[in-house]
Amino acid sequence: MMDYQLNEQQIMIRDLCRQIAQEKIAPLAAEYDKTEEFPWPIVKALAQADIFGVSIPEEYGGLGGGVLETCIATEELSKACGGITLCFAASYLGLDPILLFGNEEQKKKYLPDLAAGKKLAAFAITEPAAGSDASGIQTTAKKKGEHYVLNGTKHFITNGGEADTYVVIAMSDKTKGARGATAFILEKGMKGFTFGKKEDKLGIRASSTRELIFTDCECPKENILSKEGMGFIITMKTFDVSRPGVASQALGIAAGALEAATKYSRERIQFGKPISSFQGIQWMLADMATEVEAARALIYATARMIDAGVKSVSKESAMAKLFASDTAMKVTTDAVQIFGGYGYMKEYPAEKRMRDAKITQIYEGTNQIQRNIIALQLIKEMAK
Amino acid sequence: MNNILVCIKQVPDTSDVKINPETNTLIREGVKSIINPFDMYAIEEAIRLKEKFGVKAVALTMGPPQAEAALKEAISMGIDEAYLVSDRAFAGSDTLATSYTIAKAIKKIGEFSVIFCGKQASDGDTAQVGPGISTHLDIPQVTNVKKIEEINTTTARVERMTEEGFEILEIPLPCLFTVVKEINEPRLPSLKGIMRSKNAKIQLLNAAKLDIEEDRLGLKGSPTLVSKIFSPQRRKSGEIFTCAAEEAVEKLVNALKNYIH
Repeated sequence: MMDYQLNEQQIMIRDLCRQIAQEKIAPLAAEYDKTEEFPWPIVKALAQADIFGVSIPEEYGGLGGGVLETCIATEELSKACGGITLCFAASYLGLDPILLFGNEEQKKKYLPDLAAGKKLAAFAITEPAAGSDASGIQTTAKKKGEHYVLNGTKHFITNGGEADTYVVIAMSDKTKGARGATAFILEKGMKGFTFGKKEDKLGIRASSTRELIFTDCECPKENILSKEGMGFIITMKTFDVSRPGVASQALGIAAGALEAATKYSRERIQFGKPISSFQGIQWMLADMATEVEAARALIYATARMIDAGVKSVSKESAMAKLFASDTAMKVTTDAVQIFGGYGYMKEYPAEKRMRDAKITQIYEGTNQIQRNIIALQLIKEMAK
Repeated sequence: MNNILVCIKQVPDTSDVKINPETNTLIREGVKSIINPFDMYAIEEAIRLKEKFGVKAVALTMGPPQAEAALKEAISMGIDEAYLVSDRAFAGSDTLATSYTIAKAIKKIGEFSVIFCGKQASDGDTAQVGPGISTHLDIPQVTNVKKIEEINTTTARVERMTEEGFEILEIPLPCLFTVVKEINEPRLPSLKGIMRSKNAKIQLLNAAKLDIEEDRLGLKGSPTLVSKIFSPQRRKSGEIFTCAAEEAVEKLVNALKNYIH
């Protein structure tokens, strides 16, 4: 790995997360992949180690890090299992809008428990008819006195059912299109807020992906993030800071696959010598390693840019997510190839990484949407 | 409830320790040092009692100055205070001198309701220092504790592992427990714990600070004589007869006969 000039605290986060990944996550990854149970014992271990607080300001009980710290933790944990890591990474997706747009009261109310890992968060925008096209949101929020009444269904929600704190995007004024969307903080247990179908997925099976159902769910008006009509902007700004996290999940999965494939190539004997001595395998490993390092460099640079306070980061953030997830898909596929027949078997972890990698090209904006964002910004910059 | 104490030891991180055949001592060069694995369970149990009763968990180790690293690691897991018992005069202590010195150090630090030790250290494997400390302190002890069933400010009920199963014992506090790995799953350090451990001041207790008899320290106070240390020869694995039962029995009987003769 290249030297990224990490500071003492970042190195500490990296080393501790590496230890957790090796000692607590790796031994259980295959089991959780099989059973699809939510990894609460690992949530507890991460909480005890203060990992949930890495990027939450100290005044709310965190360690005061930024996006880079979330990325470092996500990468290390994902080396052992990209699915289990989501309990952490998706909680940050859920709490990022509160960090970015919450008022002091909301931050004081929600962040300390999330920093301590006592509670998990989730973010909910996707609906059956609204994926990449957020303007298709059907969930409504009607004002009624001191409350908003929510009706509708969100689906494919990561940490759904397991999280306590949800940021939900609903239409408070349908006539305004995207400008009519509002972000609400909802709590598990609120009247009219229930959970529906749990998805059976190709990969990241240790992560809960579930429906949220709102039936005349009353949300107090002080639970609005920012103000009415800001839902779409909050979503876009949240994705700007969360996409390097998805990229880090992809990076971790890829780096884990690269390490396993390199190790295996030195052990596997064919034609009387380790397959690592064949140029065909060497070149594959060389390409994989180069792409993994390039993804890491892009992610770290983007995270540092965000942490330095640069305002316009959509393009770089999209680039990091696009490149790292495409890299993860390619590297994990090549890792299966290097493992040969064994790579295809469920008894070995190579195929799981390939299944886990695929989602990173799809969620938090498909890679086609990422390219749209990049191109739009590119053209805008040229037109200035 | 008084505070909780845990006694730990820094040991070489290897199951395959090399021994210098001339001096009969461990070759420590180039070997990473860790907290004795059994002591990790003792640390975890001490932290759990601390959390339960709202008291402090204190760690103590006797060893060379570099054993401070073991105490810092214990702090990163949640130990509040740490003491290093260290002096050239302690060098060469056997289990008798070690437990005497540690007992004196404990008396110096203060009163503890429970003292935890790992059941034995992975380098010496004697399992004598824990019981020795309790004897010198004149407090009751239970060795090989696998579960604390109940504990209040005056008594504890614990399960003690034996070769056949386990015993349930009730014991008044203050007391000393040596613990086995079945008792818990040690936690990892926390980020805040690591930061605290970096700034933590480890308190040094040397011979001058302890009220001790010099004759009972170090080599002078150690009646144990090590005549030889060696790695036992690897035992051959057993033979398995996979043929039909009747034939297998016959082969087995013959093999046993040959073994006896």
